[in-house]
Amino acid sequence: MTEQTAPIFRVNELSLFYDEFKALKEINMEIRRYSITALIGPSGCGKSSLLRCFNRMNELIPSARIDGQILFEGTDLYDDDVDATEIRSRIGMVFQRPNPFPKSIYDNVAFGLKVNGYMGDMDEAVERSLRQAALWEEVKDRLRASALELSGGQQQRLCIARALAVEPEVILMDEPASALDPIATLAIEELVRELSQHYTIVIVTHNMQQAARVSDETAFLMVGDDRAGYLVEHGDTNQIFTTPKHERTEAYITGRFS
Amino acid sequence: MALYNSRFNPRLARRKTVGGIFYGVFLAAVMVGIIGLAVLLAQTLIEGLPWLDFGFLTSYMSRHPELAGVKAAVMGTLITIAFTAIFTVPIGVGAAIYLEEYAPKNRLTQIIEVNISNLAGVPSVVYGLLGLGVFVQLMSLGKVVLAGALTLTLLVLPIVILASREAIRAVPNEYRLGAFALGADQWQVIKGTVLPSALPGILTGTILALSRAVGEAAPLLVISGLVYVTFVPGPLDRFTVLPLQIFTWVGRPQEEFRSLAAAGIIVLLIILLSMNAVAVLLRNKYQTRSED
Repeated sequence: MTEQTAPIFRVNELSLFYDEFKALKEINMEIRRYSITALIGPSGCGKSSLLRCFNRMNELIPSARIDGQILFEGTDLYDDDVDATEIRSRIGMVFQRPNPFPKSIYDNVAFGLKVNGYMGDMDEAVERSLRQAALWEEVKDRLRASALELSGGQQQRLCIARALAVEPEVILMDEPASALDPIATLAIEELVRELSQHYTIVIVTHNMQQAARVSDETAFLMVGDDRAGYLVEHGDTNQIFTTPKHERTEAYITGRFS
Repeated sequence: MALYNSRFNPRLARRKTVGGIFYGVFLAAVMVGIIGLAVLLAQTLIEGLPWLDFGFLTSYMSRHPELAGVKAAVMGTLITIAFTAIFTVPIGVGAAIYLEEYAPKNRLTQIIEVNISNLAGVPSVVYGLLGLGVFVQLMSLGKVVLAGALTLTLLVLPIVILASREAIRAVPNEYRLGAFALGADQWQVIKGTVLPSALPGILTGTILALSRAVGEAAPLLVISGLVYVTFVPGPLDRFTVLPLQIFTWVGRPQEEFRSLAAAGIIVLLIILLSMNAVAVLLRNKYQTRSED
């Protein structure tokens, strides 16, 4: 396997607990480099919880604990000498609801640069990130305006720009368009497709059409009888949506349950 | 009237009367406060205003009422409160940050939280006695400005901590998550997102707490006693504050000193109202900004 084809993440027997409650059960999967992987499944199946395991955001919930491992570029993310802070600057995240800081547009993008000790030209990096997030043309004349004055779709693209500024290798997206109108949603989807040329993207969505439109691979999770989420099937998006191997997958994508 | 059948007895007239009576009772309850305050204020103004002039503000204490002024007391108040603020803000905000952002949610934290709330209700004279024992005697500071400021710090700290915690808790968690996701560590998250958002609330709470300390006479009476100060005090000098000065004058037998006390109260009120005005301005500025 060459560097390009080796998976960027390898998840081995990953289980996630909140106190005694098992939220995810023995997940095994690989995430391909420079691809878009969609995590789909019914509410409560743990797809967002799984996403947060990839950049150790779950550790901010005091009761959360994991079993098993996630290898990122071959090293265990949860190894004692791996620093969560460093991991999060290499694996960025975009949240369900746009959450720009109550600062100027410029300062929102510059925040990640500053906390990570960026030594290059700040203005140039801010412009590059905003361009990458397809927001530059709309905001270039008002970089000092408050980010809260932007529309929801613009705010979400600002959050994507903010994540890109830190030059991550992976971007995790937790239903990034679920709080947006259809037009803003399309803009985000187009952006996600474009970004996948340079970044590995894992995206959680409850919108099956979105998964089908955007992703290269799809992983389908379900809730078991013990209320723990488990991985039913993972494969090429085309295959999952046309010839799913499991009955449950087919039932879900054809809308027979949700 | 056909609406009502025999199984209802609406007694509309009676209900209206009862409703009217309660309206009157509640209105009266409000009026007691407002009228009481208005009478007090009017009496103070009538008595004190004639004595309130430039000389009153720039003169030290004197045995002759027409020569006496509040300079030592006003300066004593301002300097004591300034030191109180210097001690209170870092300790109070620091404690609030620890409790909200760092402390594990366990029994010990809970006990600390409950005790801070209780401390906010302890009578101020108790703090005066504590200050007398610890700062004046044990630390041998003497009955000086610094001892007074430290005592007032203990008095307002619980309030500042509670207000700061409220302000910090009001910061949306999404800001913290957003910052963490960019690779910020705990302190960078606090410095970059939590504190800027919480600052107006923290300042408002702190100023209101300090304005409470400005009006306190009891703890400083214990610390400083009634002294005759004819200079602007430094941190290690004996001092007096406005409430103590007013207290002294009220206790004098001569009518003129009673009027001087009224003039002193007006000065104290002006200081308090200005502090509260700053707090209100800060809050309004914060509100309009968050509505954007």
